[in-house]
Amino acid sequence: MTITTNDSQVAVPSDTVTVIIDGVAVAVPKGTLVIRAAELLGIEIPRFCDHPLLDPVAACRACLIEVEGMPKPQPACAQTVSDGMVIRTQQSSEMARLAQEGVMEFLLLNHPLDCPVCDKGGECPLQNQAMSVGRPESRFTEDKRTFPKPINVSAQILLDRERCVSCARCTRFAEQIAGDPMLELLERGAQQQVGTAEDQPFDSYFSGNTIQICPVGALTSAAYRFRSRPFDLVSVPTTCEHCASGCSLRTDYRREVVTRRLAWDSPEVNEEWNCDKGRFAFVYQTEGRIEYPLIRENGELRVASWPEAIDVAARGLAEASSHAVLVGGRSTVEDAYAYARFARAALRTDDIDFRARALSDEEHAFLASLVAGSPVSVSYEKLESAPIVLLVSFEPEDESPIVFLRLRKAARAGTRVVSVGAVRSKGSEKVAAEMVWCAPGDEAAALASLPADILAALAHSGAVIMVGERAALSAGALSAVAALADRTGAALAWVPRRAGERGALDAGAIAGLLPGGRPLSDAQARAEVSELWGVDSLPHPGASGDALLARLGTVEAAVVGGVELADYPQDVRAALERVGFIVSLENHHSAVTELASVVLPVAVVTEKAGTFLDWEGRPRPFTRVLRDALTMPDAQVLGMIADAMDRPVGPSDVNVLRAELGTLGPWRGARLEAPRVPVGPRRDGLVLASWRQLLDSGVLQEGEPHLAATARPTVVMVSDATARRLGLTETATLHGPAGIVTLPVEIADVAESVVWVPMNSPGCHIYRDLGARPGDIIRVTAGGAL
Amino acid sequence: MITTGLTPVITEHWDAPDLYTLDGYRRFGGYEALASALKQDPDAIIGQVKDSGLRGRGGAGFPTGLKWSFVPQNDGKQHYLVVNADESEPGACKDIPIMMADPHVLVEGVIIASYAIRANHAFIYIRGEVPNAIRKVAFAVEQAKAAGLIGKNILGSGFDLDVVVHSGAGAYICGEETALLDSLEGYRGQPRLKPPFPAVAGLYASPTVINNVETIANIPFIIGRGVEWFRQFGTEKSPGFKVWAVSGHVNNPGLFEAPLGITMRELLDYAGGVRGGGEVKFWLPGGSSVPMLTAEHLDLPLTYEAMAEAGTMLGTGTPMIFDSTVSVVKAVTRWLEFYKHESCGKCTPCREGTYWITGVLEKFEHGHGTATEMDTLVNLCGQIAGRSFCALGDAAATPYPAALKFFRQEFTDATHTPVDGTFDPVASYVFAPAVAR
Repeated sequence: MTITTNDSQVAVPSDTVTVIIDGVAVAVPKGTLVIRAAELLGIEIPRFCDHPLLDPVAACRACLIEVEGMPKPQPACAQTVSDGMVIRTQQSSEMARLAQEGVMEFLLLNHPLDCPVCDKGGECPLQNQAMSVGRPESRFTEDKRTFPKPINVSAQILLDRERCVSCARCTRFAEQIAGDPMLELLERGAQQQVGTAEDQPFDSYFSGNTIQICPVGALTSAAYRFRSRPFDLVSVPTTCEHCASGCSLRTDYRREVVTRRLAWDSPEVNEEWNCDKGRFAFVYQTEGRIEYPLIRENGELRVASWPEAIDVAARGLAEASSHAVLVGGRSTVEDAYAYARFARAALRTDDIDFRARALSDEEHAFLASLVAGSPVSVSYEKLESAPIVLLVSFEPEDESPIVFLRLRKAARAGTRVVSVGAVRSKGSEKVAAEMVWCAPGDEAAALASLPADILAALAHSGAVIMVGERAALSAGALSAVAALADRTGAALAWVPRRAGERGALDAGAIAGLLPGGRPLSDAQARAEVSELWGVDSLPHPGASGDALLARLGTVEAAVVGGVELADYPQDVRAALERVGFIVSLENHHSAVTELASVVLPVAVVTEKAGTFLDWEGRPRPFTRVLRDALTMPDAQVLGMIADAMDRPVGPSDVNVLRAELGTLGPWRGARLEAPRVPVGPRRDGLVLASWRQLLDSGVLQEGEPHLAATARPTVVMVSDATARRLGLTETATLHGPAGIVTLPVEIADVAESVVWVPMNSPGCHIYRDLGARPGDIIRVTAGGAL
Repeated sequence: MITTGLTPVITEHWDAPDLYTLDGYRRFGGYEALASALKQDPDAIIGQVKDSGLRGRGGAGFPTGLKWSFVPQNDGKQHYLVVNADESEPGACKDIPIMMADPHVLVEGVIIASYAIRANHAFIYIRGEVPNAIRKVAFAVEQAKAAGLIGKNILGSGFDLDVVVHSGAGAYICGEETALLDSLEGYRGQPRLKPPFPAVAGLYASPTVINNVETIANIPFIIGRGVEWFRQFGTEKSPGFKVWAVSGHVNNPGLFEAPLGITMRELLDYAGGVRGGGEVKFWLPGGSSVPMLTAEHLDLPLTYEAMAEAGTMLGTGTPMIFDSTVSVVKAVTRWLEFYKHESCGKCTPCREGTYWITGVLEKFEHGHGTATEMDTLVNLCGQIAGRSFCALGDAAATPYPAALKFFRQEFTDATHTPVDGTFDPVASYVFAPAVAR
């Protein structure tokens, strides 16, 4: 509880009780579990089933302790403290010591003791606690229970039932945290085992967490199994590059190769969890990398030295009279800032955009007005305590999985979740979301006529509106969101999908905006930035978004970093083909390197230090993992080009870039106006709905077949009524301007006259295969060969 | 010499062939207690049950009225009554006969108890292996519904009640009250963490009372005939009467209804004595989960308090008698095999302990035990008792230490001779020819 005194919030302990543990008094909040209270004193009570983020179950009995006045030993993981309670752990109680020793002896009976060949050996709570509280020798001489092993509970997760101690952490995680109760304990007695229903594998987006919280080696990953021993690994805390959730990770490597990634503790962001994409999708960092600079000669790329390649790039850019810069949404803040600075100071153009996806001018105005350079207003913590969270064009489970986990936690505690959209998805069900039904494109109209009870709830303190990046596709949606937040006072959060988008926005990697959300049109803002950069003047506001893409065909040179052309709904390749000189900063070959005159290899996240701004706007800095890598970050390569162009832009060291951004700080002057795009006209016909699933054909997921096998199947989702009306039974064929897609039909909770397909999954890439965007009218016919 | 007479109350009219029907039950005053109960305040009913001193007949002997009074009243929540009819204890056979012979006494008790604790839904969870009992109870519930004794506005009192008869699926653990609730809710039956206790958050997280069949069968008599009448039977701390189910090596096994406080020797006489004029070797007062006693304990009163003093428990009150043909090693091994098979697996001591102990006992059975293991087993039982999640683990830890206390020599013999060599297994069969004995 907090009380307010003199305008400052001071936390004062309320309802604390004092308990004595092993003779030491400690004051803790009422209701604290004994095991947590003991931790505060540094007294480690052994445990297996206990996990601070899971409900107590008291099943393993490893944590038995003595409580004065109670005849039997009590489980410290389920026993709450009461005032004056006298607790004796194994440190001071023979009863507790013997109880723990006995349980440990029992736990090892049917355990195979195969530590030398177990992935967990060396970091195993069973191993460690058997050493600390167990008997020196077992008295068990009978036969152990055996199981065939390992078995797959999913393509990614392997189960060794002999090693399992039935702590139920994995099953409780699946049910309580992820909301995917496909793992269950089966059978009874010593035959009790973790398992799944037939043909229903544990295909949870969060399944990898069960491996990490398994206190024995029962759950292992297909990717990491037998790859290394924990004591041979070097561990570095890092930040996940896959989405804007901003997870803390621990990256483990051995001989300069990353062997695995774990979720790392970050109570304010990802708690102790991450998603399977963040955990398993890192093979791209090593496989298929561009190793050397390349320059195009006679239509073919050839290997060149760095000085030669930089020289060719600098000359080409210097000779061109018009430029454009495209930055993918995956850059670090520092790299995005380097692009922003390079464009304005070296190329003297403002034609830059980080949004390599469907976008709109309305979105630009929304971001400039309400997002860029603004401090954290909605945090994970705020989500957890929000009375209501309204989701607009946003599917948290697919598009920002840790937001989903926090929303689920909030929903379980009573937060009301409302989703404005066309599909009541599996993720929506897991957060018990109410639907405000609307077809893609009609969000603005839906927001303008929200039910009164939702409007009233949004006016309550702590209410939150979260809008996803797909809102850019719906004319008027972002304007309506801004107006709704303004009208109700609800806090507003924009949740992009990619890890680098929020950082690139704040770093000024978008036309019209300088770092910190400074409007390029503002004289004061221009002065601050040009002084820092040491340039006489800054270019006039340029083109972003569709205007920039339209202008691409006319510029003479372009710098493109980390952009997948297939991510744009429009044909950007055709425009780029007309650009005379393209410099591509990449780590893998792509459609851009196919057109580039110069290809400069750059570092992946493990090879550089940097920062991602998560969706909250919270900086998530990370250090370099692989110290011996020879690659350079984008910023450094751009700095070399600028130097070779004789238009130096300043130091490119990550610390200097951070310091420069810090010096500028957020913009405190007048901001641009929020967009006021009117509600679009209602359309007739079948409307296409779509979003990117968490596990799909994304390029950063390449090379990890076990992970890919847990992705959701590619299907067409329609409502029962729509399916009947269209005569859809087994398969359906979608007809777009660019082609057709035939997929299995799944009847789901979808708005009438809406048809949903995944945006970029195997067998269905809507831009490439259909030439259609979400919100487009689409023709669907029954049948078709898969 | 028998000094305690039989007192047929619950069993009084069991020889009436139509007792199981509503008409038959009514002919002997059935549902009159209900009519009187519905005219009283629910709290008054709870008060009478409290005053009667009735203790739970399922094994633990918890005071029934006290249990009822734990349910928070007027809390605006749905309350539930659940009848534990999952009689699975080895040796216990009294609830199933009650349901077979006189299902309406259970139904009447259910209605009164539900009224007292203000429950509008009651569930009778019956062991799945006894379809005949399930059919009898289901039939009685249907008849009661048709007669307006279950449903809306019962007997014009304004009290509504729905009764559901639910069949279990054959797991001993589902006799544990919280595991029973899980099973009833459709989950795998495993005991729940307490607190919260069922009286606060039981079935569907609502206040719930769980009572044994025989406990509930007592209710119509307490309400109908009064607390004073009830307390004339039994002792101060163990008032009332009990349906004693005597089984094992006796000439006339069966049910004998007599007050609490009767001795085993008296019950044994009612049961015709040990077969073939033999001697009692050891006996269990109430199911395999209570420590065994020997012939020297035959004159102890069968009350909750006297049994506790003797180091055992009254349990279900269903004595099992074993004569000298039985190997105690073999009997204990069979019981542990049962507990190993029925351990739900939730907690480590019970899951692993029963696995281990059974393995060691099977070695003794075949003459391969060791003197060290005799002590190890005592230690292992100590590692289970008081440390397991629920009482099933405690129960599994009781047979061996008691057996060792009284029959150490038999375990010593089993370190070199298979028990079948010492005790002819055929001789111990109930149907063994006299000559084999």
